[in-house]
Amino acid sequence: MAEQVGRRPHVRPITSEWIFRHPRYLKYMVREFSCLFIGAWTLMLVCALGRLSEGPEAWARFLEGLKSPLIVAFHVVALAFAVYHSYTWFQLTPKALPLQVGEKFLPDGVISGAHFAAWAVLSAAILYFSGVL
Amino acid sequence: MSERQVEIEVLRYNPETGQEPHFQRYSVKCREEWVVLDALNHIKETIDPTLSYRWSCHMAVCGSCGMMVNGEPKLACKSFLRDYPGLIRVEPLRHFPVERDLVTVIDDFVAKLARVKPYLIPKGAPEAATGEYQQTPAQLKRYKQFTLCINCMLCYAACPEYGLIPKYIGPAAITLGHRWNEDSRDGGRAQRQEELAATEGVWECSFVGACSDVCPEHVDPAAAIQQVKIKSTIDWYTEHLMPWLNK
Repeated sequence: MAEQVGRRPHVRPITSEWIFRHPRYLKYMVREFSCLFIGAWTLMLVCALGRLSEGPEAWARFLEGLKSPLIVAFHVVALAFAVYHSYTWFQLTPKALPLQVGEKFLPDGVISGAHFAAWAVLSAAILYFSGVL
Repeated sequence: MSERQVEIEVLRYNPETGQEPHFQRYSVKCREEWVVLDALNHIKETIDPTLSYRWSCHMAVCGSCGMMVNGEPKLACKSFLRDYPGLIRVEPLRHFPVERDLVTVIDDFVAKLARVKPYLIPKGAPEAATGEYQQTPAQLKRYKQFTLCINCMLCYAACPEYGLIPKYIGPAAITLGHRWNEDSRDGGRAQRQEELAATEGVWECSFVGACSDVCPEHVDPAAAIQQVKIKSTIDWYTEHLMPWLNK
């Protein structure tokens, strides 16, 4: 009879190298990282409401502060991250919301396309009512 | 049939020696149409009979030969050598303890699979006339994709959440629970929700999507997980905001 051999499974350590193992992980981390900029922009929006409630002078000072090159650069980066996050998110919608019609599912492009269209319409509406368009 | 010399590095681990895992390189003459599993079999038969790994069907059905091939989770029987022009580095599936060489300990997955009750829990009695549980083609289509899972665990090796949070039930188990939830003949959803809708269930998933990328059967576990999230969210809202709907 064969000799009984004791089990001694080896557990391989998990390090942060997985982020760079494949582009998909890096893209995922960029998508997650984008929330920091979107969160910071949202805090700035809360500050804006605070200044607005303090009166016209405080609001004017706030608007003047927005012209600083650093704040402009921050907005450009935050917008880029927001667009990237939204784009990657809407690309994933067919997985979460499959629509079955009879024996077939609607093509992925129809589901994500509807989301992109709604995004465009709502963005245009906001730009219109805010006087930009 | 063309042949070429292939350099293969295999991670070796022998629990009896106490030595740390290390790569061992083999230089083998392989046929161009071979897959990585053929090369491993050739090594075992002609060079090193101590090499250990799992395999069975050699046709991407049994799900036994999952391993990391050049850092990606792959079925060794479906990974053609012609797709790897340089050095091929073979390791055991990530995120699982290594029993020996390329053999991993899969107890964790098997236990989690049992927790989601991946079998029919009948909703009612079968059709009186036929004694069968009947289903239309459209009802079958609803979940059929998820039945193709072969329990190969490549999705667990690809999922960083599972690597970082081992309590996470993981992609394949959630997918197979969802497969039965979506079956028109099944009435066991409430029982499965205990596991699927828990923190260690779908809510550990942050939608990396790697599980679907590496699935050799194109099952799309990421889709199943997001669908369970949406249904669980609707459950919560109806329970807390519209309790009269549950009466």
